[in-house]
Amino acid sequence: MPHQEDIALMAHLMRRAGFGAHREELEARVAKGYEATVEELLHPEEQPAIDEDILYRFFPGYEGALGPPINQAEWVYRMINTSRPLEEKMALFWHQLFATGNSKVDNPPELTQQIAMFREHGLGSFRDLLVELAKSPAMIYWLDNNGNHADAINENWGRELMELFALGVGNYSEDDIKEASRAFTGWTIAPKIPRNPLGRFYWNFEYKPEDHDDGEKHFLGHTGNFNGEDIIDILVDQPASPKFLSRHLYNFFVADEPQVPAWDITPPGDPAAIEMLVNAYVESNYDIRSMLRVLFNSDFFKNARFARVKSPAELVVGTARMAGNYNAPRPGFNMLAMECNWQGQELLNPPSVESWHTGPEWIDGGALVRRVNYAANLMGNIDLPGIKSVIARIKAQGNLPPADLVAACLDAIGPLDVSEATHGELLAQAQDGGELRWDTEEDQTKSEQRIGILLSLISASRDYQFA
Amino acid sequence: MTATKKDPVLVILQLTGANDYLNTVIPYTDPHYRDNRPKVHIPEDQMLRIDDKLAFRPNMEPLKAIYDDGKMAVIHGIGFENSPRSHFRAMDIWHTCEPEIVGTEGWVAKMTRDLDPTGENVVKTVNFGQGLPRALALRGTPVTSVSNLENYGVLSSVPGVTAEEERDQLLERFARMYAPAVGTGPTMDYLGQTGRDALKGADIIKSAPEKYSSTIEYADNPIAKSLRDVARVYLADLGTQVFYTAHGPFDTHFNQPPMHTKLWTEVSGAISDFFADLKEHDAGDNLIMMLFTEFGRRVKDNGTGTDHGAGGVAFVIGDKVKGGMYGTYPSLKPEDLSQGDLAPNYDFRGFYSSVIDQWMGLDPVPIVGGKFEEMAFV
Repeated sequence: MPHQEDIALMAHLMRRAGFGAHREELEARVAKGYEATVEELLHPEEQPAIDEDILYRFFPGYEGALGPPINQAEWVYRMINTSRPLEEKMALFWHQLFATGNSKVDNPPELTQQIAMFREHGLGSFRDLLVELAKSPAMIYWLDNNGNHADAINENWGRELMELFALGVGNYSEDDIKEASRAFTGWTIAPKIPRNPLGRFYWNFEYKPEDHDDGEKHFLGHTGNFNGEDIIDILVDQPASPKFLSRHLYNFFVADEPQVPAWDITPPGDPAAIEMLVNAYVESNYDIRSMLRVLFNSDFFKNARFARVKSPAELVVGTARMAGNYNAPRPGFNMLAMECNWQGQELLNPPSVESWHTGPEWIDGGALVRRVNYAANLMGNIDLPGIKSVIARIKAQGNLPPADLVAACLDAIGPLDVSEATHGELLAQAQDGGELRWDTEEDQTKSEQRIGILLSLISASRDYQFA
Repeated sequence: MTATKKDPVLVILQLTGANDYLNTVIPYTDPHYRDNRPKVHIPEDQMLRIDDKLAFRPNMEPLKAIYDDGKMAVIHGIGFENSPRSHFRAMDIWHTCEPEIVGTEGWVAKMTRDLDPTGENVVKTVNFGQGLPRALALRGTPVTSVSNLENYGVLSSVPGVTAEEERDQLLERFARMYAPAVGTGPTMDYLGQTGRDALKGADIIKSAPEKYSSTIEYADNPIAKSLRDVARVYLADLGTQVFYTAHGPFDTHFNQPPMHTKLWTEVSGAISDFFADLKEHDAGDNLIMMLFTEFGRRVKDNGTGTDHGAGGVAFVIGDKVKGGMYGTYPSLKPEDLSQGDLAPNYDFRGFYSSVIDQWMGLDPVPIVGGKFEEMAFV
């Protein structure tokens, strides 16, 4: 029997580096070891990919869709069913950082392509990732780089590259923005095929030398006839760059930080943690995998349990994985995608290039009611395979007094830590039914139902809102 | 009409997706209209003429009747400078009154805060729809967001919980789980407050359907359902002063004529039934309804539909509304267009200010972020 603390730590790792794991998976991973699991997560290429043929059969429209729901559903399917949890979690991380929205791009398949690019490059070199981002057709269109010409620059991409993607405010001048924009002239998309009436088509990156300003540029203290890749080379060597990236990783994987616009005035919650991540970046030549290895193996990470408010995607996907009703292609993924929307995170359509506000800002009256009802309805459904397996695990412990019943429930879907107030109510609920018994058929039916209601109540709690 | 002592009530109907101004209030005698709309225009024999220049689209008969009755104001050329063609960004600006930065505080929520500074009545503002529009978002200001009035509330459909007392007990447990607790931190406190407010809102609102009866039969479509829900909560007299709901999608890039027809049939019918309902209950004199959309659509059609534009049209309806035309229809002359779109000539914040100031009796300046020209339609 694995040590309880090891299980709890593994559950924490899987909630953060993935979308949570049920008990059987946790036990298998604990048997393998924590550091070995971190390594496995860091090398998704060694795990089987999603079967694209099956995926395509069930989401046949996602390659030409006019609106985002089917593409959102395709992504939710991947999040739930992936054998490469960190790859998918990093795709979500980059989507939240390099927020590109269908509101303007109006081409869901192209956004799906961008997410695929995040899967491919999301754990590699930050420098290479920024180059890929600069060539991403969805990004080029989103930030108007197709309107950035040698004889008339458009600063949108040049500005956001520094402000929101690589450095953060206060680390560059307005002139740097202009010079960077000049260097990215000619980085555009190949002529688009008109989308109507046949649906959307993929775009392509195109470099047009005749529209590139090849003159000398002065950028962040460097001078030369820079092109776009030179700008990115200079950016990733700026001291601000790893600090900015580290703080994003910390906010996403470790603990809620203030919102990004406050970063130039509010210091990080844990400066030593940021420094460790910065060092990993510098020592590894901008290797994101190396940063994450340090992060997941650090004490600051291991001690930060339940220190983040779950994003809607985390709550929706994590709960669906636990209930276990979505581990095969089937109808219903659209509703899960819509559920993310209604809880305030419309995948592939962040509100702006500044992305979603995270942490407590995910919560408002409407969102909380949806979160509570969504989770309580799934977790209380004793016909779902994941819940059946939770019940079987509790049943294996035989007849249980109320306090043990509560502990068994919290353990089986977590282990979860809950506050005194929550625990008191769970216990009171359990006490109302007395001892949990399995002696007769009638006992069984009643006990299963009681477990379902307790799981509903747990997932309706404040505590369940945290990852 | 006698002055009312009751609190003013506002219903906001958002036409999501950018309603086509040109085919809603049609400048039918303007030669540029037909020139620009070879495929997507309203035939002259079908439109509902208002005067020798303008006409409503067909399927707006019920609204035309309200207009003819002098209870509907049409606000022309509404929008803002440098209108973005993005739905989301434009809607965001309408929601937050922040055209320069990405705002997080909604104008309706700010109005709610001014109406009820202590947040005592959590149904002061009620949204009907999925999720909470940003217009209603403001930390510390509770608003209630209802997706289905019949089945609204926390833990409203937990599997296996059928008995009323069993559900009541779960709700009591929920309330205690979300009760204030010392030393749990600001996020826990905030979650607790939000949870308790949601519970309170659900509790208050569930009385509304029981109290309601009416002879009006609303149509079977989402906006009719929403406005019936508005009527039920409004008539239950729960102190709600702002209702918010949306209908769409008005994003008619493709195959516009049947889509636009369907949408306006639904909207016009629902509004007409709604006001008839209020009239039946003699409760129409302290409520007005405003309709807005994020922007109008491109002047030139694209063959089957219309693309994103700029200047749009808004409406205000109600017994206390001074009906008629307000503002100026933007020029359709090629040289007056802004990137092929109608140039807005009336800032939407002035429109909001008129409602906030003259109807709700609040100071509009802090809510919309400045002083903007008001119109006297109420």
